[in-house]
Amino acid sequence: MLASPVSPPSTFDAEAVRASVPALHQSVNGRPLVYLDNGATTQKPRPVIDRIVRYYERENANVHRGVHRLSQDATDAMEAARERVGAFVGVDAREVVFTRGTTEAVNLVASTWGRENVRSGDELVVTMDAHHANFVPWQMLAEAVGARLRVVPVREDGSLDRDAYAAALSSKTRLVALGHVSNALGTVHPVADLVAMAHDAGALALVDGAQALAHVPVDVRAIGADFYVASAHKAYGPMGIGALFARADLLEAMPPYQFGGDMIDEVTVERTTFAAPPSKFEAGTPHVEGIVGMAAALDWLDGLGRDAVFAHEHDVLAYATARLDALGGIRLVGTAPGKVSVLSFLVDGAHPYDVGALLDQQGVAVRTGNHCAQPLMTHLGVPGTVRATFAVYNTRADADVLVAAVAKAQAMLVG
Amino acid sequence: MTDFDARVADLEDLFDAAGDGMARYEVLIDLGRELPPLPEAFRNEAFRVRGCQSQVWIAPEYGDDGTLTLHGDSDALITKGLVAVLLAALSGLEKDAIRDADLGFLDRIGVAEHLSPSRKNGLASMVKRIRDYAAAG
Repeated sequence: MLASPVSPPSTFDAEAVRASVPALHQSVNGRPLVYLDNGATTQKPRPVIDRIVRYYERENANVHRGVHRLSQDATDAMEAARERVGAFVGVDAREVVFTRGTTEAVNLVASTWGRENVRSGDELVVTMDAHHANFVPWQMLAEAVGARLRVVPVREDGSLDRDAYAAALSSKTRLVALGHVSNALGTVHPVADLVAMAHDAGALALVDGAQALAHVPVDVRAIGADFYVASAHKAYGPMGIGALFARADLLEAMPPYQFGGDMIDEVTVERTTFAAPPSKFEAGTPHVEGIVGMAAALDWLDGLGRDAVFAHEHDVLAYATARLDALGGIRLVGTAPGKVSVLSFLVDGAHPYDVGALLDQQGVAVRTGNHCAQPLMTHLGVPGTVRATFAVYNTRADADVLVAAVAKAQAMLVG
Repeated sequence: MTDFDARVADLEDLFDAAGDGMARYEVLIDLGRELPPLPEAFRNEAFRVRGCQSQVWIAPEYGDDGTLTLHGDSDALITKGLVAVLLAALSGLEKDAIRDADLGFLDRIGVAEHLSPSRKNGLASMVKRIRDYAAAG
């Protein structure tokens, strides 16, 4: 059950956190910004911004090639960041492939492991609430090789239909692509169990952690995922950088994704041999600024204490949900127990788009629409939702502003 | 003053009287509510306007006298209000007048200014569709 709005507020000092995030301190349409679109991207704390500035002021050079000091510094910074990012989710640095983000990481696996291992007649299992980034690459792969895509439905509350999932698995299943946390509804899926079931069927499992990294504990080994993918920008880091965490033996066996500098071993006119992973999958000059920024963001989050952060977010989400529901005429979309960060809803009789526009006018930033999860919206029979997503710097006061703004929109649009 | 200019002046008065952003939205919502229902024959894919987060339909009805009457609807009220503004300014005018109409008033009434980027795209798609009808008929 949701916590009651009268339960005591958490003691976590969100105001201090908030003070260190510059973008939060501005006005929108003449009102103080209340940023509740963290599921789309989070705002960046000062230490992350400073780290990126320091990189360009002191360390910038191309990596992995120069013998000069700056190049060595940049290489050291990048490889230390690889260790750091891996440690955040409990894997070794050699199992960390930097990508542009979650989307590229999924595409990398589909294009390399997928093309080598999925054949006509094989099956791929995805979930109805998948983000398009963890749905379309598998749909395209299935189409290209003649495999079958099986889509596991979710229940009314947003939790996965476990029986349907079990039924979808068979000896034909080559891979299941799961979401750790649903971006549209916030459902936390029991991925360790689901991965174990996939393994029992002889399949591999990829878990999309884009929405999980900043909101739930992530231990890739404990989950058992063969591939785990995430983006920095949804976890207080820069845009354009993310990672594929993959079992070392899989990376060893997979063919390269792109070709170019940094990923080769030896090139002759006759043939080219490739570097060992993870370099094999990182063709071209890497996004070093993003990589060190990502590590700084995860340092920052750990510095706040992940347990305290998640407890605080849970408090604010539960408070906001209870207060919003108390308005009446609100349909909560996604009510699975233990869900995180996301408050997805509809105002009865109002289009989500209208609600979003009126919230924006009142300084409240939310997302409206299908949240890159069209199959889910169709499955739930809704035209989309209004989605408020909370992060570490949001407070009960933000929730109060949201609820008041929704009430105002409701008064204007309904009745 | 042309018929179009007079209509624009009326719209500008209406929105100017409203004042701030929320009140302008009230006006848009009211205009949306007052928009005559779209004849069901027009509610189909051929008249659907892409590029909007909500569903939008705009359909043409050509007169023998060279005029173009427009019908429209949206499942979102604010978007419907936007359709209503365009129809109030343009529907029933000569096709040439619609094709060449200066729509700078959308900025002046604060409609374009208060619309999110995706909505602006929706507005642009609506305007393009109407101009296409005027050029085609």
